[in-house]
Amino acid sequence: MAERELKRRPEREREQEPAEVEEAPQGGEKAEKLKAELDELLDEIDEVLEDNAEEFVRNYVQKGGQ
Amino acid sequence: MAIQKVCGVETEYGITHLGVAEPNPITASSLLIQAYVAAVQRRVGWDFEDETPGRDARGFAREGASAPVVETHLVNAVLTNGARFYVDHAHPEYSTPECASPLDAVRWDRAGELILTRAMAAAAETLPPGQEIVVYKNNSDGKGNSYGCHENYLLDREVPFARIVAGILTHFVTRQLYTGAGKVGAEAGGETDQVTFQLSQRADFFEEEVGLETTLKRPLVNTRDEPHADPRKYRRLHVIAGDANLCEVATFLKVGVTALVLSMIEDDFLDLEGLVLAAPVRAVRQVSRDLTFAAPLDLADGGTSTALGLQWRLFEQAQKYAESEGLDSLGGSGPEVLAGWERALETLESDPSLLAGTADWATKRSLVEAYRERHGLSWRHPRLAQLDLQYHDLRPGRSLFARLPSERLLSEEEVRAAVTEPPRTTRAYFRGRCLERWASSVAAANWDSMVFDLGGDPLQRVPMLEPLRGTAEVVDSLFEECRTPAELLARLGSEG
Repeated sequence: MAERELKRRPEREREQEPAEVEEAPQGGEKAEKLKAELDELLDEIDEVLEDNAEEFVRNYVQKGGQ
Repeated sequence: MAIQKVCGVETEYGITHLGVAEPNPITASSLLIQAYVAAVQRRVGWDFEDETPGRDARGFAREGASAPVVETHLVNAVLTNGARFYVDHAHPEYSTPECASPLDAVRWDRAGELILTRAMAAAAETLPPGQEIVVYKNNSDGKGNSYGCHENYLLDREVPFARIVAGILTHFVTRQLYTGAGKVGAEAGGETDQVTFQLSQRADFFEEEVGLETTLKRPLVNTRDEPHADPRKYRRLHVIAGDANLCEVATFLKVGVTALVLSMIEDDFLDLEGLVLAAPVRAVRQVSRDLTFAAPLDLADGGTSTALGLQWRLFEQAQKYAESEGLDSLGGSGPEVLAGWERALETLESDPSLLAGTADWATKRSLVEAYRERHGLSWRHPRLAQLDLQYHDLRPGRSLFARLPSERLLSEEEVRAAVTEPPRTTRAYFRGRCLERWASSVAAANWDSMVFDLGGDPLQRVPMLEPLRGTAEVVDSLFEECRTPAELLARLGSEG
């Protein structure tokens, strides 16, 4: 569809231009921030997780749903 | 012009009863809901003297109707926020009140989470030491059993059902790109061994394109025809092909974009060229399991397209639709729905993992991947299945979702208020306010009627067949002027 190509083309062109470097770090920054937050969570997650993973997962049975 | 897409979300929650040898989910669900209802009653100090808990014959009970003894069936409460909280099959289910916009649907769906959380705390007070009832907002137990999160949309009865089916199927197959709640592994649908992680909780369970069933041979488009409104004017599309979401943005886009696509179908605006899948049931699993986002789906015209490509086509038509017809049918959420949809598609195109915080699958996947890498686990390790499950745990101390960053559309105050307050812009307002003021005179409440018991015979029924009548704007003055339910009924009777 012509409309779609029109809308998306600038997107693709930008990607190939050096100017795009400005935008790339934003995505990169977001990913970094997320990773830092995840690392923090992973440091303390074992306190939150139920003790016996295998048993916990095995016992979770849900019948009779729509 | 498409009619306003009055909408609602019903969620069956997963439930476990810890500390008992042979847990019974029906008993646990009943205990949970009754504990909540009893706690709410204590808090608002309703007078139980005149109440008759037995009068549940119509299958609906008011908030003030719980017996002290646990009934293991038909626990069924209507809340002052206009919602229904009940035992459905073997799950506690919360149905939001009717909402006039997708943002309201998010708000009252989130209020439901808070209600379930409070219900767990209330149940804990009634249970013997060592026992605990826990609920999960997910759709699968990882062992081949699924339970639903259904959406409802009001449509004009004039729209031929075949047009709805033809128009919505592709959206139901592809919207999981941003509405999927994510799942470690697969439980059905073939080649389950090869699946490490997939986008949707529910995709494994669909076997038909169209049908009436909801528990077996689940169809992508459900044909249940029960409008809960004037059947000559309205149709209610009951959608079973969706996941329960914790990310507010995911629920917003799930309801908002679907309401938008349905508006286009209603106005016969949607051009299906290049949008019809050759095999939608196969495609729903293909999309869910394709973490490259590049898999070509077969189209009926012989071509192929990625799921993202199909979503872009729908989006572009929606943009044109917004320009020419407007988005009034989305009750004020239109511009945000369109913008949020575009953002989600652009993110999918650039880096899908950046949907973490707005799409549940990406949020969950970021956690599972990070944990897996740190501990060097295989995808079959039970710890990963546990992370998946505990992502959906609603206990504040155990919820993994709550510990992850996510984008919020609502303040906590707005969500808290919606636990007791009904939406102001649908008939749910009338229902909720009647229950708040005169619970002891309400014999039964249903989606499309209220039945009052004024002491005499017979009971008096107030029909509510118009979902957009009974709003605050119309009935607030009525409530101010009437001191008793008898006065209210007299006024309603005289005004026809």
